[in-house]
Amino acid sequence: MRHGVARFVTGFLALPVALYLLYVVWPFVQAAGYSLTDWGGFSGSQNFVGLDNYVRLLSDELIRKAFWHNVFFLVTVPLFTIALALFLAFLLNVGGREDRAGIRGVFGSGLYKIIFFFPQVLSLVVIAVMWQQIYRTDGQGLINGMLIKIGLVDADNPIAFTADPEPFLGVPAVLWWLLLIAVWSGAGFYMVLFSAAMQSIPKDIFEAAILDGANRFHTFFRVTLPLLRDTISVAWVYLGFIALDMYALVFVMTPSQGGPNHASEIFASVLNFTAFQKGQYGYACAMGVALAIFTILLAALQLRITRRDRIEY
Amino acid sequence: MSVTPENLGDLSRRTLLRRAAAAGLLATPAMGLLSACAGSEPKKSDDTGGAKSKDNPFGVKDGSAVKVVIFNGGLGDQWAKEDKVIFNAKHANVTVNMSSTQKIKTEEQPKMATQPSDLVMNSGADMMDRSTLINEGAIEPLDDLLAAPAWDGEGTVADTLLPGTVSDGTQNGKFYVVNVAFTVWGNWYNAALFKKEGWQPPTTWDEFFALAPKIKAKGMAPYVHDAVHGYYPRWALMASIWKSAGKQVVVDIDNLKDNAWKADGVLKALEPWEKLVKDKLLLPGKLDHTQSQQAWLDGKAAFIQVGTWLKNEMSATIPPGFELTISDYWSNAGDKAPKDVFAASGEGFVVPSKAPNKAAAKEFLRAILSKEGSAKFAELTKSLASTKGSGDNVQDSALSSANALMKNGGSELISVKFQDFYADLDKESQNLSEELMAGRLTAQQFIDKMQTAADKVAKDSSIKKQTRTA
Repeated sequence: MRHGVARFVTGFLALPVALYLLYVVWPFVQAAGYSLTDWGGFSGSQNFVGLDNYVRLLSDELIRKAFWHNVFFLVTVPLFTIALALFLAFLLNVGGREDRAGIRGVFGSGLYKIIFFFPQVLSLVVIAVMWQQIYRTDGQGLINGMLIKIGLVDADNPIAFTADPEPFLGVPAVLWWLLLIAVWSGAGFYMVLFSAAMQSIPKDIFEAAILDGANRFHTFFRVTLPLLRDTISVAWVYLGFIALDMYALVFVMTPSQGGPNHASEIFASVLNFTAFQKGQYGYACAMGVALAIFTILLAALQLRITRRDRIEY
Repeated sequence: MSVTPENLGDLSRRTLLRRAAAAGLLATPAMGLLSACAGSEPKKSDDTGGAKSKDNPFGVKDGSAVKVVIFNGGLGDQWAKEDKVIFNAKHANVTVNMSSTQKIKTEEQPKMATQPSDLVMNSGADMMDRSTLINEGAIEPLDDLLAAPAWDGEGTVADTLLPGTVSDGTQNGKFYVVNVAFTVWGNWYNAALFKKEGWQPPTTWDEFFALAPKIKAKGMAPYVHDAVHGYYPRWALMASIWKSAGKQVVVDIDNLKDNAWKADGVLKALEPWEKLVKDKLLLPGKLDHTQSQQAWLDGKAAFIQVGTWLKNEMSATIPPGFELTISDYWSNAGDKAPKDVFAASGEGFVVPSKAPNKAAAKEFLRAILSKEGSAKFAELTKSLASTKGSGDNVQDSALSSANALMKNGGSELISVKFQDFYADLDKESQNLSEELMAGRLTAQQFIDKMQTAADKVAKDSSIKKQTRTA
């Protein structure tokens, strides 16, 4: 009997695993292989150059710049997205008034949930194109137009948004504007994730806390947050992956795909340029492999740090 | 409540990540696994058939058929249908099977090695890479077409073409690509508005700076350009450098010669652009190409710099009475080549090496390049053809001003190659051009940074160097 089950399972798994090996794992292996060559991308010949490409990575100024921009997103995207999503989820689930029916969200929370989740339904490119109109750099842009009308922005000097490389808090303004979009488009999904987690927390824990005189601030930081630790940790890792990518936003929204003048260059944009415009596929593969290794290390580290005893209820 | 170390979902996620890491470490070099695509030698096929004569220089066989593929993009395909009529007037018994598409590479590349079309317009976003086609021997050299007598004019086909068309289509010393359209770049203005206001279109920077306050007084910005795609302002800056410093300096720049950017005349060429920005003569905002073009059509700016595709691109929103007129980039007193015009041919036709009826394909090209055919092209597309005089009889301000610009131009056409040679310099020059136009760089800083970028490419042994001769 058990033997039959194994064969049944194997039969079902063989094809997907084969496809996965062929179309996912094999390209990974190939990329790692090409990263040790000077392959140009169009010919069948390449020379083995050992670790030269990786040595070159270390002294590449553009890559260093891109790396720090990725680190900026790595810190800010999860931080702001999780903070916003937690805040919204708390308001929608337990932030409302308490009455005889128990703990509930603020008035109209069902509608808000749909609205906040909405960006998740759109593809990232659609979001980018929409934000191009919002961020338009003259009086016809949504933000500029309104601010000019009410006199907060000078019509001769409108906000340049993603065309603005001037540093704000030491980071080019364009990265902050991209961050805003990333947080806006990501918060909805994590709000739903946290909502689900919050709803699985028994109401009596909150009621007990309230009976003991806890206010909203206390319930959030002493009860909700500790009980959501696992979910937040998972969200942090996923958002970390997203922050290391950010490619679609940079590609669609910024001048010269990483501009102005390299102010929004990230790993993926440098990789894209190196492979498809410079025709240095070998070097580009090395960038990809380096990014992959960095991502894996980061995820491992993240999971290690947040590993903790879990409370079951 | 019980306490467990990890739940099952957590465990499997960790395991998965660990395994992914392991897979990364185990990755072994995969050299030579992607073997060269099996290339096949182009077959020499003879076009023996009909007798060769002055009216039939390639010996097109009566009763044969020729398959022509047209790229149906911004220029449409109506002009090509006119060429079919012209062709059949001379060769009534040759069947022309014409089709049009936007997916040239998708549809034509798979057929190249076996049964290709006879004549392919290789254009648009989905085009076949030209160098690859030539290096693989997939397309035919067309030098005999250049030497053939013109369809309806004096001399040879080569004699009827605008300067630059032959060299644009030449690679490795042979002529492969027949570009049928001609693009001119410059400063555009609305002639109707200038007439109404009594403004004289400037030809020099001094005249422009004298006119600018009058334009500003009308509540208009004097100038606008695409501030998102760096190659737009780069056209203007490189045109100014050529005009000011002369052709040789641009050739030196393309060839990465030492201190080429610091040659006499380069700084002088860029200073007016710096002044344009500093004096706040640009329309505020960082608009892209269509946004800036629309702003210009809306009368928010007096001048815009772009190429002759402008009219086609914006045709849906051109206000009635708006006379799109192109004028040459402005020059300075003492410029070395003030009359040279920035122009180039484009929209290239190729004849596949394995095409069954190459004679008829070449003959069809001769018809496209004829006086009659090119005039139809200009009339229908409002763009110049690469044949001389195509715009002579067309009543259209955009086309006739471009035509006049070409006729009054200097002996050379402005062309810049470094951006095609080196991707790094392409990117860097685009970025720095926008920085200069945003007022974040002075002309001198722009030059210094371009020189640094050029030196870096010159020293980089991983970049294959190319040379420009003419």
